Amino acid sequence: MTKKEALLKYTLRLADNASILGHRLGEWCGHGPVLEQDIAMTNIALDLIGQARNYYQYAAKLEAAGKTEDDYAYLRDPLDYYNLLLLEQPNGNFAHSIVRQYFFDIFHYLFLTALMSSKDKQLAAIAEKSIKEVTYHKKWSGDWILRLGDGTELSNEKMQTAINVLQTYVGELFLMDEVDEMMVKENIGVDLAPIKEEWTRIVQEHFTEAKLKLPDATWTQKGGKQGYHSEHLGYILADMQYLQRTYPGAVW
Amino acid sequence: MKDINIEDQFQAKIDAEIKIEPKDWMPDEYRKTLIRQISQHAHSEIVGMLPEGNWITRAPTLRRKAALLAKIQDEAGHGLYLYSAAETLGVARIDMLNDLHSGKAKYSSIFNYPTLTWADMGTIGWLVDGAAIMNQIPLCRCSYGPYSRAMIRVCKEESFHQRQGYEILLTMMKGTDAQKRMVQDALNRWWWPAISMFGPNDAESPHSKQSMAWKIKRFSNDDLRQKFIDVTAEQAKILGVTIPDPELKWNEERGHYDFGQINWDEFWEVVKGNGPCNRERLEARRQAWEEGAWVREAATVYAEKKARKNQEAA
Repeated sequence: MTKKEALLKYTLRLADNASILGHRLGEWCGHGPVLEQDIAMTNIALDLIGQARNYYQYAAKLEAAGKTEDDYAYLRDPLDYYNLLLLEQPNGNFAHSIVRQYFFDIFHYLFLTALMSSKDKQLAAIAEKSIKEVTYHKKWSGDWILRLGDGTELSNEKMQTAINVLQTYVGELFLMDEVDEMMVKENIGVDLAPIKEEWTRIVQEHFTEAKLKLPDATWTQKGGKQGYHSEHLGYILADMQYLQRTYPGAVW
Repeated sequence: MKDINIEDQFQAKIDAEIKIEPKDWMPDEYRKTLIRQISQHAHSEIVGMLPEGNWITRAPTLRRKAALLAKIQDEAGHGLYLYSAAETLGVARIDMLNDLHSGKAKYSSIFNYPTLTWADMGTIGWLVDGAAIMNQIPLCRCSYGPYSRAMIRVCKEESFHQRQGYEILLTMMKGTDAQKRMVQDALNRWWWPAISMFGPNDAESPHSKQSMAWKIKRFSNDDLRQKFIDVTAEQAKILGVTIPDPELKWNEERGHYDFGQINWDEFWEVVKGNGPCNRERLEARRQAWEEGAWVREAATVYAEKKARKNQEAA
């Protein structure tokens, strides 16, 4: 793999993460537990889709094959999608969505903080722009961790169930492969080992306050970053890509 | 004697274009009329999120997806301002929501129609938001202060939505035959429900006269409908689509378009609950509310715990 290929893949992973989680949050629009939170989730969805567009546009520039942001989002098969498995998991109840969001937000914040020092100026610039938004995301989901963890018995139980279900996807956030290693070596990418440590510390501390437990990792589901997904991604893309696939070449 | 005086003073203020504010005296009927109208309007914004929400996951480009999300989010925001405006009249948001969920409160019937293709996203912006703006611009001068101020904000965003919707259609009309077919079909389905949004003919409109005197309403249903049709018929020409009304024709003498008879039987059936999506829309709202009950309860309990802790610490 050349450096250029690795950088493209690295950028697409970041783009797909933002796009897929933004898509999932968009499914909440109009169905939130209370109007203010409906608005908050749509806000976060909009931020993430905006970030995805920045990364996809950069990918198009890197690849220099005349592609657009939409070619990446709408015309790639699941095997060529590189988002983390956690982010494609279904919304479930509000607890599932909050835990999924929180797990990612803490990671995302730490990751972007490091990416701001990337030698790749474009990635560093996108990180700098995104971190303001992600600071809000992490505050929003973090507040809900406290409210629901330390709210009622029922809310605590729902949160703990969601944590137990989603915990198996956490390990993938920190897994490094050939692409990551090459990018770290080039001072472009982020070393995930210190991020994992910091993430675990923050989450454990927060969970203790919220009367929740982060179970010990027993098994890590992985493969998303390499294009091997859960069954859910196929359905996401079937919806997302429906118009572009049905009417090839049409302008919308 | 005293009551008559107060009522005269109230009407004099209205006639002098002085805004009525929440703490001012107002006739019970004025208050009731406003609560009914503002809460219906708020419910329409919230229920109106659903037909467009139906296309979020299938929006054809990232730019369109972001614009659609932002538009629906604006509608949620409008719902919030309007519930707040209604609350200044002494009714709680929870009571208004209960009335919506029980079916007692109404919302705009237009949202009981399904969104079948992407062209519906453009058509809703063009026609539904367009009709809403016609209705709402005069409400910016409504005699009740909080409603009038909420409407000024709402109208700014709505006119943006309308342009955005029209632009979706313009893009599609420059496209393939399949896209053009979708646009014409969407217009065929939405035209009559859209012009029904102005409400019954003036002769059949039970609340209109008093609302005009109180300057809650400034123009009659039929006047607004005519204005909308005049503007929209021209826009349809630019778009290159045919409005599905064989009687639509410019009348030189009147200086307006003549148009055919609205099917009021269908209108009243949809109001009564028999539109294609009445059941789904209400069910979606109820379900979101019921499934969110544990979340709202936990947030309340947590806030109380936190307040207690702060008190103990102080």
